[in-house]
Amino acid sequence: MSLGIHIPIRAPLRDLGAVLQEHAGEAAEAAGHVAQETHAEEWGTEAMIHHVVDSHEWELGPFGTVQLPEIPPIQIAGLEIDLSITKHVLFLMFATILTVVTMFLAVRASRRLEQGEKAPGGILNAMEAFYLYLRDEVVMANIGHGGERFAPLVITLFFFILYANLLGLVPFGATATGNIMVTSALAIVSLVVIETAGFVALGPKGYAKTIFFLPPGLPTALKPVILLIMAPVELIGKFSKIVALAIRLFANMTAGHFVILALLGLILTYGSFQPIGIVTILGSMFLSLFVMFLEIFIAFVQAYIFAMLTAVFIGLIRHAH
Amino acid sequence: MLNMLTMLLQVAGGVGAGLAVIGAGLVVLGTGVGIGRIGGSMAEGIARQPEAGANIQTASIILAVFIEGVALFGLVIAMLAST
Repeated sequence: MSLGIHIPIRAPLRDLGAVLQEHAGEAAEAAGHVAQETHAEEWGTEAMIHHVVDSHEWELGPFGTVQLPEIPPIQIAGLEIDLSITKHVLFLMFATILTVVTMFLAVRASRRLEQGEKAPGGILNAMEAFYLYLRDEVVMANIGHGGERFAPLVITLFFFILYANLLGLVPFGATATGNIMVTSALAIVSLVVIETAGFVALGPKGYAKTIFFLPPGLPTALKPVILLIMAPVELIGKFSKIVALAIRLFANMTAGHFVILALLGLILTYGSFQPIGIVTILGSMFLSLFVMFLEIFIAFVQAYIFAMLTAVFIGLIRHAH
Repeated sequence: MLNMLTMLLQVAGGVGAGLAVIGAGLVVLGTGVGIGRIGGSMAEGIARQPEAGANIQTASIILAVFIEGVALFGLVIAMLAST
């Protein structure tokens, strides 16, 4: 959904790509080999960025390309909202379906347990371990009493972000959370929940105290000065935590894929130079494999961190007095 | 040395972008130091009290992820600044 807000990440890296291709071509000639099919023209920063950003086509490699439906933009109050099903939107839908199926199967397994049939085994057992850990160690430990109301949100956030991250690692998959707009939307959800929880738990006066904070025992003359200085800082503090949530998830997901694409691009650029070519190909393949394992680990950890920080912030604002 | 600098500026397309590249390097340097210190403390803590091993490990991984988050903020700013 593009609100006409353009984050210029592509443009600065285009020149870098052009210069890199020049240098790659020069290196080929300097090595004394005939620069036949260096493939340097096909792989540059452009091609890398193309694989990471959103697009209206879903490329399935040898199986062709799926043209995703384009819906003309809707005008609402001066903003143009583009509701077409782009690649990232499609993968968000996949992540949603996976999350709903997971929860559904978990509920069915727990009902079977209550009715005395045999205990869940295998993958449902693992899911139950996740739920119990998230509910006890993350939600209840950080929010304290009355925390059960926030457990569904935190657990949904965890599983949704986890599935969205992992879907980027399967063949022909795309990382929906590698889009700053998606992570910003998730962070805004957290913001609304945190501030509403604070407002409900502290009341209007108590909530205002979290912004206009006065340390006790302050001389009356200094009070307005302190308020004037600290109120904007406190407000910015509320938003900076949310912005940090969004950027942390976005940057982690995008950086990993960029590294993998750069390593695989080395094969295309230098793989045909014998005899170094073989070493380049093997080394790049093993490095990419290792980085992909690391990516799986980071997918889990980032989903956990997002959910845990949401729980921590909810707990902090509820216990602010 | 001056050759390297001019090539850096050429690759990066301008003084601003060249400084952004150096900035990105500094960000990674800071991250390496930070996470390295956590690793050192973790090893020392587990050596002193092996029973607390699991707790220390979990806490260390979470802290390392936070530091890496901050590093990636810096990298995003460097990317945006290299216009």
